[in-house]
Amino acid sequence: MKRVSLALTLAAAAAALSVQAASAQTLKTIKDRGMLSCGVSQGLPGFSSPDDKGNWTGIDVDVCRALAAAVFNDPTKVKFVPLSAKDRFTALQSGEIDVLSRNTTWTVSRDTSLGANFTGVTYYDGQGFMVKKSLKVNSALELNSASVCVQTGTTTEQNLADFFKGNNMKYEVIAFGTVDETVKAYESGRCDVFTDDASGLYASRLKLANPADHVVLPEIISKEPLGPMVRHGDDQWFDIVKWTLFAMINAEELGVTQKNVDEMLKSDKPELKRVLGTDGNLGEQLGLTKDWVVRIVKSVGNYGETFERNVGTGSPLGIARGVNNLWNKGGIQYAPPIR
Amino acid sequence: MSIEPRRPPLQFVLRLKRALGGKAGWNGLAVQIAFAAILAWIAYEIVANARANLQTQHIASGFGFLNYNAGFDVSQSLIAYTNSDTYWRVFFVGLLNTLLVSVIGIFFATVIGFVVALCRLSPNWLVSRIGGIYVETIRNLPLLFQILFWYLAVLAALPGPRQSISIFSTFFLNNRGLIVPRAVGEPGLDPFLAVLAVGIIAALGVRHYARRALFQRGQMIRIWPYVLGLIVGLPLVATLIFGWPFIFEVPQLKGFNFAGGARVIPEFVALTVALSTYTASFIAEIVRAGIMSVHKGQMEAGASLGLSRGTALRLIVVPQAMRVIVPPLTNQYLNLTKNSSLAVAIGYPDLVSVFAGTAVSQTGQAIEIIAMTMGVYLLLSLTTSAVMSIYGWRINRSLAA
Repeated sequence: MKRVSLALTLAAAAAALSVQAASAQTLKTIKDRGMLSCGVSQGLPGFSSPDDKGNWTGIDVDVCRALAAAVFNDPTKVKFVPLSAKDRFTALQSGEIDVLSRNTTWTVSRDTSLGANFTGVTYYDGQGFMVKKSLKVNSALELNSASVCVQTGTTTEQNLADFFKGNNMKYEVIAFGTVDETVKAYESGRCDVFTDDASGLYASRLKLANPADHVVLPEIISKEPLGPMVRHGDDQWFDIVKWTLFAMINAEELGVTQKNVDEMLKSDKPELKRVLGTDGNLGEQLGLTKDWVVRIVKSVGNYGETFERNVGTGSPLGIARGVNNLWNKGGIQYAPPIR
Repeated sequence: MSIEPRRPPLQFVLRLKRALGGKAGWNGLAVQIAFAAILAWIAYEIVANARANLQTQHIASGFGFLNYNAGFDVSQSLIAYTNSDTYWRVFFVGLLNTLLVSVIGIFFATVIGFVVALCRLSPNWLVSRIGGIYVETIRNLPLLFQILFWYLAVLAALPGPRQSISIFSTFFLNNRGLIVPRAVGEPGLDPFLAVLAVGIIAALGVRHYARRALFQRGQMIRIWPYVLGLIVGLPLVATLIFGWPFIFEVPQLKGFNFAGGARVIPEFVALTVALSTYTASFIAEIVRAGIMSVHKGQMEAGASLGLSRGTALRLIVVPQAMRVIVPPLTNQYLNLTKNSSLAVAIGYPDLVSVFAGTAVSQTGQAIEIIAMTMGVYLLLSLTTSAVMSIYGWRINRSLAA
């Protein structure tokens, strides 16, 4: 009798394993759960980092808050899952998170073989180098024979290899699991150089004991378009994440801000009426509500506001808009029209 | 010779029943077959399910990625490696780095462990207390903490390359590691090595002869002058005939780091020191338990034969204690090997760090890579325990004889 029950248990376990196939209903799963699960970094100021009360802020965090606002009309209904660079894709593949919004570079291999899709670009970045001022280095081309600290599992690691090889320079790489360990090793003098996306360098410099003793070299050696990622196999959710970011960019282009959004609702400009949902049902076609853009802008503001608040000149990072400005203001941020 | 009672030989079917089903006979056999079938079915379901899910999400699978270019660099490699090598190469680089730190760690852990155990058993109050404090401190602190301590508190505190601690301007110690002169082979290297090998084999032969003479005829032969002549004298003669076997390339400060010479990276030192001191504290207790398990009459018998404490320990007590020591010692060796995967915390490029870490996030093929990594650790552990089992079996045999 005992044997029979054991066999039954095993059979039930195996059956349970086999029916848990990949779910294509991400939106429904999120609504049932009442919470969006969002993969973020383990603490990168300006992009995703928790404050002393455990509240997450940053440009990547705002993308998730905007999603939660669009789905639940409540930007707090997000569970943030901090992930190291090397664990992030496994977490997305396995379904532990619904969206990965973690300063991740868009590349072809990640878009295909990882079983995921990038939904857009939240920040156009490029890789740079940081050194101690006392080394008196002015250019990345003077770094022959240097020791370089890098976070493992990033495109940074591969660009670094390409850059030194391409310029016939030797170097020693020391790769660490998390950004904190990497910065610590750089600060202790184990490496001459710390390399990361330029935004990450500025963010990490804030954490150093004497930020003024370190300088970011002028060379940008790669293209690093950072954006959110979703799993393959659910087009509806892919569209929602994609258009949430586009909605923020379009809102900036149309001059809709967190403050004036209620005012704008009264406007009778056809374009504004379409975007803000007073006319047509574009939001419902996405599986959301008519007022989805209003919800997003009310909770996190438009793209420009998010940028300024988290990484822009009004923030400790003080990064200029540069290429991240709108296409009609000298940058390359461009969103397809909402119509 | 004892007389065995004669038994009627078992019939073939009966014997088969016994062999397959144990005492339960055919019933037992049926249950075993059913159990094996269920296990196989579960394994099949897991594989099929994973495969189906990977396909629906269009995640790459299979082992083809192993032949692709890795495109990243590794700080320490025992075999030639550049960033245009394949993931296969990365796998072996990581595996060899894991093996290196494990083998050296096991060696030092054993030596330190035995020394500390003998200290704890010493009749000298101070020495035994020092042994006790070592064990109680080291084994009660988390290993990761100790690794970080050695790396961030001890080795990182060394000066930078330009202010290196220099020993005779040939050895340099700084926060990038220990830089030593590197031996570069010369034409005289091959004859030198050949003669050295001959010398060592001949010395072993002499030792064997002397031992036989001692045990069989009670004749003591002083062999060290012959051994010295064979191992040192012969290669010296070879050097005089064929020229220097190698010259040393002295490291020089060039740019940010030293050029030339060989280097031991601080990540390796920190990991090896932490692993061997930590494991040594457990080995010390195992060795102490083993020695205590030998009846104290053995030690007294040795003393009454006029043997010193050290000699009695070495010749009488420790060989008997080994029988008790070996099985738990194997556990510690396995622990050390597995604990070496904490390397990722300090950037030592072991298998878990470069292969199950970097390669996973570059290729996204977690299932294949993790399976291979698990396979490697399983193989390493099984090999270690097989070697230790053979060693234990030999001890038992020689003690029983």
